[in-house]
Amino acid sequence: MSNERTQVTKNPMSAEAEESTSNLQSYLLGLGLAIVLTLASFGAAVTHVVWAPGLAVLLAVLAIAQMGVHLVFFLHVSSSPDSANTILALAFGIFVVGLVVFGSIIIMANLNTHMLPMEELIHMQR
Amino acid sequence: MSAVADEIPISERGPAPTRIVVSFGFWLFLLSDIVVFSGLFAAYAVLAHRTAAGPSGAELFDLKRVFIETCCLLASSFTCGLCILALERRALSIIYAWAAVTFVLGAAFVSLEVSEFAGMLSQGNGPSRSAFLSAFFALVGTHGIHVTVGLCWLAIMMAQIATLGLKPKVAQRLVCFSLFWHALDLVWIGVFTIVYLGART
Amino acid sequence: MFGKLSLAAIPWDQPIPLITSIVIIVGLISLLALITYKGWWPYLWREWLTSTDHKRIGVMYVILALVMLVRGFSDAIMMRSQLALAAGTAAGYLPPDHYNQIFSAHGTIMIFFVAMTFVIGLMNFVVPLQLGVRDVAFPVLNSVSFWLTAAGVLLVNISLFVGEFARTGWLAYPPLSELAYSPGVGVDYYLWSLQISGLGTLLAGINFTTTILKLRAPGMGYGRMPVFCWTALASNLLIVAAFPILTATFAMLLLDRYLGFHFFTNDAGGNPMMYINLIWAWGHPEVYILILPAFGVFSEVIATFSGKPLFGYRSMVIATMAICMLSFLVWLHHFFTMGAGANVNAFFGIMTMIIAVPTGVKVFNWLFTMYGGTVRFSSPIYWSLGFMVTFVIGGMTGVLLAIPPADFVLHNSLFLVAHFHNVIIGGVLFGAMAGYTYWFPKAFGFTLDERLGKASFWCWFIGFYMAFMPLYALGLRGATRRMQHYADLSWQPMMLIALAGAFVILLGMIFTIAQLVYSIKTRHLRRDTSGDPWNGRTLEWSTPSPPPPWNFTRMPQVSGIDEFWFMKHGDKTSRPAAADAHSDIHLPKPSPLGFLTAFCAVISGFSLIWHIGWLALIGIAAAIALALRHSWDLDTELTVSDKDIAAFETRAKAKSA
Repeated sequence: MSNERTQVTKNPMSAEAEESTSNLQSYLLGLGLAIVLTLASFGAAVTHVVWAPGLAVLLAVLAIAQMGVHLVFFLHVSSSPDSANTILALAFGIFVVGLVVFGSIIIMANLNTHMLPMEELIHMQR
Repeated sequence: MSAVADEIPISERGPAPTRIVVSFGFWLFLLSDIVVFSGLFAAYAVLAHRTAAGPSGAELFDLKRVFIETCCLLASSFTCGLCILALERRALSIIYAWAAVTFVLGAAFVSLEVSEFAGMLSQGNGPSRSAFLSAFFALVGTHGIHVTVGLCWLAIMMAQIATLGLKPKVAQRLVCFSLFWHALDLVWIGVFTIVYLGART
Repeated sequence: MFGKLSLAAIPWDQPIPLITSIVIIVGLISLLALITYKGWWPYLWREWLTSTDHKRIGVMYVILALVMLVRGFSDAIMMRSQLALAAGTAAGYLPPDHYNQIFSAHGTIMIFFVAMTFVIGLMNFVVPLQLGVRDVAFPVLNSVSFWLTAAGVLLVNISLFVGEFARTGWLAYPPLSELAYSPGVGVDYYLWSLQISGLGTLLAGINFTTTILKLRAPGMGYGRMPVFCWTALASNLLIVAAFPILTATFAMLLLDRYLGFHFFTNDAGGNPMMYINLIWAWGHPEVYILILPAFGVFSEVIATFSGKPLFGYRSMVIATMAICMLSFLVWLHHFFTMGAGANVNAFFGIMTMIIAVPTGVKVFNWLFTMYGGTVRFSSPIYWSLGFMVTFVIGGMTGVLLAIPPADFVLHNSLFLVAHFHNVIIGGVLFGAMAGYTYWFPKAFGFTLDERLGKASFWCWFIGFYMAFMPLYALGLRGATRRMQHYADLSWQPMMLIALAGAFVILLGMIFTIAQLVYSIKTRHLRRDTSGDPWNGRTLEWSTPSPPPPWNFTRMPQVSGIDEFWFMKHGDKTSRPAAADAHSDIHLPKPSPLGFLTAFCAVISGFSLIWHIGWLALIGIAAAIALALRHSWDLDTELTVSDKDIAAFETRAKAKSA
């Protein structure tokens, strides 16, 4: 279906060129940040500079940060009015992913503490 | 027209242009794919320690290889972005060039992963060994299959550009591909952090 | 060469499936022969099978739902009659093996192929018309979605004749559904047909969410959308977010069964409870996917037949979106008894009780809509009133079950069975029937006969209470679900009443079929010449009945809620008029991609079920080839000429003259 009657008029050439350079900067910045965060993650896990119990938290924070870098610099998720729906959908997606992953972890851990392990149960029934 | 149009909220301007409709639809598809991965991540998180007296992640994973894979995929995400910038300029030969680089980097990722899986399988540490290995192969394997499908898609896109030219629909599909490719790198961040680096915590 | 398939797969020694299959096959062949004899194939292919028109696709979904309702109901009658007979030492007539397949098929078919299909069909037909646009965002994808669903339906029905169906209930819990305990093909039929139709549903969810958020008539901001479109939005958001969980979970079970993985097995560290956890993380949003559009139907019907705007539009919208979010926070209430501690149970129990609140808000809004209005007691209003009483009772038993200690007594009892039938029949089915009756004239140009419609309603209403109230009592007395016989003879009278109720419902279905046949035969008496048989409020009633393929010749310019009501009765000087001239009308071309992809899906699905590797590969390769071929064809639209438009409008005027 063509819906071009509400099409916003195209940018003139120079504005487009401006957009591309700023986009190139965006990709370069994203790449740089992602490299730093990746090195930090691997470095922290492989060497022993981080206090061991805190390592998991640090890795989680670095991962979330890098996902954010990807979202902003590569996927161009921004706060412009045009992408309001995109942000809301993303928020809903994060909500569901969080529930599925963390909800499952909490529930299954809760079940495991309250129930006999499977091998023991089967052994009891033999 | 434009001055008045600015005062009308976006939600009342009528049907959006096709470009926005397709991008949003594809974005929803990507979110649904990420929910699939979340199911696999949840299963991995729950089953990661159920090794059934077999080897654990810490014993099996080669972090050097994972680091190289990560670099390949991240670089390919960047070169994919450069490909899209070339698309905006309609610079045909540069589009092909960056697409080729993206393809090579992605193929390197896949071949490294396949060699990892082959190595584990040859030592009897396949998915049927334990629940942990099942979850590992399913999660990492599903991501790998997505990357492979992406490579096929990229090749098809190059064929379409060569035969159909840079028509709006074709250009739109290449943009969708780039969203897909970036999303795969995003999921990989989760994979290498939770699966490979997580095995060390 | 043919995997596990052999002639032994046909149920030669089981009379019921054998005879049923033969009857169905003979019937199908006769139907195909009739179509061939009458030369209807070109018309069917051009106008229906390859259609990308949301109105046609919606009608096909509803037809599929009604046909599968008959199939699922026949399973129900078999279960009820078995239970009426098998008391004390009597064995009934269905062996346990067969009975288990029947209740599994009943649940699977009713949820996935009746309820989902009906609801998606109604949304398909109505939403673009209510939004004032020509079609959905991705019309070819819409066709693919329908045909993938039909492929799933076909696979499940093939299991009656070739092989067997799952014996594991409608959710196929492991370890029973694992290869060790279900080595046959039944669970594979279940898994593959639902993966295929699940893909179709997910694509439909993406399609509708995009349509509602990005394609609305000019001026139709979010606060001016009909409430049915809001509930459709919430339902489709849930589809996009929840169905992938189902896909992933079934994929894991398939990996266990086919490649020896250990996600949910008893050995090597597998955890069957993880399946139950994940499947209900999908399963609870699923029931809200079903009920939210039904709520939307009631909002439209009640407002129209009360002659008043819907009471509390804003609170309706907020309640709908609240239900959408909350539906993801309650899923553990489906397995309170399966090992979680008191804290976790308490959290989910409280969340379940909270989710009843926005539903209560909606019920009050419907009541206040009717209050002070002039209510016309048409059959859609009958269904709506029946819904309000029945669904509230079902909801209350749900809140009762939400209390973990109570659920420890009632989990998996007939009380539970009565509860969910109460809300699904009283909510989803009554809503589907109301929507079917309400929008039928828009789709076909004539209304359905009212008397037969009301007769159908009374039979469903009375039949429902006769069939399910005894089950509440029996559940409280200890009767469990999925039981093929029982020892306590004192339960038998209740089972007999339930069977009688099932027959009353059967009578209701007969009335529905009779209503359709009679209404078609006497359609000249009830033609809808104005396009607005009910004095409606929303934009779909501004089109002729049936609408032209392009829906609106001139795109409406919307300036408020209930735009059509304003067009009829409002002060025309205060709102801008629609433009007189129309812009070019582009329609999506018909496409065989949906039908052909589904054909490949059936071949691949069947081959995967029977482990015929080479055929599965061919089917998948063919589907990919079709998709590629389609993607190379960039010319996907046709322009409607002014001549076509003029011809249509002349015909429409002649009909109304």
